Amino acid sequence: MSTDELFTNPYSPWMNGSGMDGDIVLSSRVRLARNFSNIPFPNRANLAQLSEVKSMMQDILPELEDITDKPYQCLPIDELTNLERKVLIEKHLISNNHIENPEHRALVVSDDRKVSIMINEEDHLRIQCMVSGLDLAVPLELASKIDDTIESKLDIAFNEKMGYLTSCPTNLGTGLRASVMVHLPGLVFTQQIGKIMNASPQLGLAVRGLYGEGTEVIGNIFQISNQLTLGFNEQEIMDNLTSAVLEIIMHERAARKALMTYSAERLSDQVWRAFGILKYARSVSANEALSLLSKVRLGIDTKMIKEVAAKSFTELLVSSRTNYLKNLQENENLSQNEIDKERAKTIRETLEKFKVVRE
Amino acid sequence: MLCDDCKKNEACVHITQISSDGKVDRNLCEDCAQKYGKIVFNPDKSFSVNDFLTGMFNSGLKPQLEDTKDTAQDFVCPNCGMTYRDFTHTGKIGCSVCYTKFGKRLEPLLRRIHGSSTHNGKIPKRSGGQLEVKHQIKRLRETLQNHIVNEEYEEAAQLRDQIKDLEKVLNEEEHQEKD
Repeated sequence: MSTDELFTNPYSPWMNGSGMDGDIVLSSRVRLARNFSNIPFPNRANLAQLSEVKSMMQDILPELEDITDKPYQCLPIDELTNLERKVLIEKHLISNNHIENPEHRALVVSDDRKVSIMINEEDHLRIQCMVSGLDLAVPLELASKIDDTIESKLDIAFNEKMGYLTSCPTNLGTGLRASVMVHLPGLVFTQQIGKIMNASPQLGLAVRGLYGEGTEVIGNIFQISNQLTLGFNEQEIMDNLTSAVLEIIMHERAARKALMTYSAERLSDQVWRAFGILKYARSVSANEALSLLSKVRLGIDTKMIKEVAAKSFTELLVSSRTNYLKNLQENENLSQNEIDKERAKTIRETLEKFKVVRE
Repeated sequence: MLCDDCKKNEACVHITQISSDGKVDRNLCEDCAQKYGKIVFNPDKSFSVNDFLTGMFNSGLKPQLEDTKDTAQDFVCPNCGMTYRDFTHTGKIGCSVCYTKFGKRLEPLLRRIHGSSTHNGKIPKRSGGQLEVKHQIKRLRETLQNHIVNEEYEEAAQLRDQIKDLEKVLNEEEHQEKD
């Protein structure tokens, strides 16, 4: 896939809706924070040091390609337009933090978009691997392989007692943050989500919105991730997160079943209304789109809507985002009205493909 | 009412400036008001983990900090020049050397964040040194203890020999390093 397509094609590996529990879990992601020893962390490094980190990574790219059997490209953040940077954030490839000071920041991304390495974000390297559905073992193995390859050539900051050293002490130890993106409309509609939000810190887990730390919850999509990185080994962190997510999935399924049993008519009305609005509306705001899409996806998952592919929901999660739309129009200064019109058009065109016949 | 300065946005701040020229009243919008000095309109907006960390530091460890005030000079990282004080302000560490330099002082904080201060996970092959062997010995000792409790002495004896072999390897490597 070319660089252009990265910004104009909504495709992301977490979109195909396959994988375990794919009706509830959108994606599983693993991130390893790594730093090179002796070079100051990005927040204290000077430009020469940042550039050194970048070129060290560029030099090792061919080897990563060999080991993981995928082609990679390296995108310097300061050579991208402002909109392109934001599209990368909307695709979960980089973070807000990464574009704050773009000099010598870079993204290494694999052709299949499953691997993305942020260079000089908060840490020198943030190795991220993502797959669709609930599966943390595969991305961890892949990230570990990349980590091993880099470590075999370059000196990684490690301390016998404290483990992998990171810029922020909250990532110290394994440097591992595993997160699972889940769609929980059932728990939201039955007002049980509060319980889960309250219980998660006690299990050492954080529950956040669609775009991670400090973002609001929209479209009933949540990110559940481990809080603690030190004192546990990688397997324990994964097992703890996986078992908590499995528990949440069970509750979500029970909530959906309850909705289908006790308020099937109301649910069906909500789902079809949402579908109707998305199919015919001429102007839709970003948040409205996400909350309607969530209802349509629930309709698809509960077999009320049989004709629409679940994939279109995840595709629209990216293709209906503001910066993605702006970038496609090549116009940063689109007004809110114009964006909302564009969004409605994109959604209509995506849903048009599906013939829904109802008497 | 429109802002007196830019005449574009709605004015929402009233500023009274007293100078040698007398008293001047202005009605300004949020953006223009910022130019007159640091006015915080939305203090909670940028609250991050790091603010929280600095908070933890400044509250819990103060007595300790004051004890060592006179030795504050020792707490400068020789590699990146970060001082311990910088850390208490930003909540972020400067480089890998800082961790060795400030290690002892960071430990209580780590225990508070993670409930532990000892790494238990993956060990890098090259820079990990003998740590892997040490961890292996530790794991074997734990299993050995279990066998003894269950009175499975044959298995225990096997493990004991295994541990002895590993310790031998470890000792030899250490001697080699000294030579």
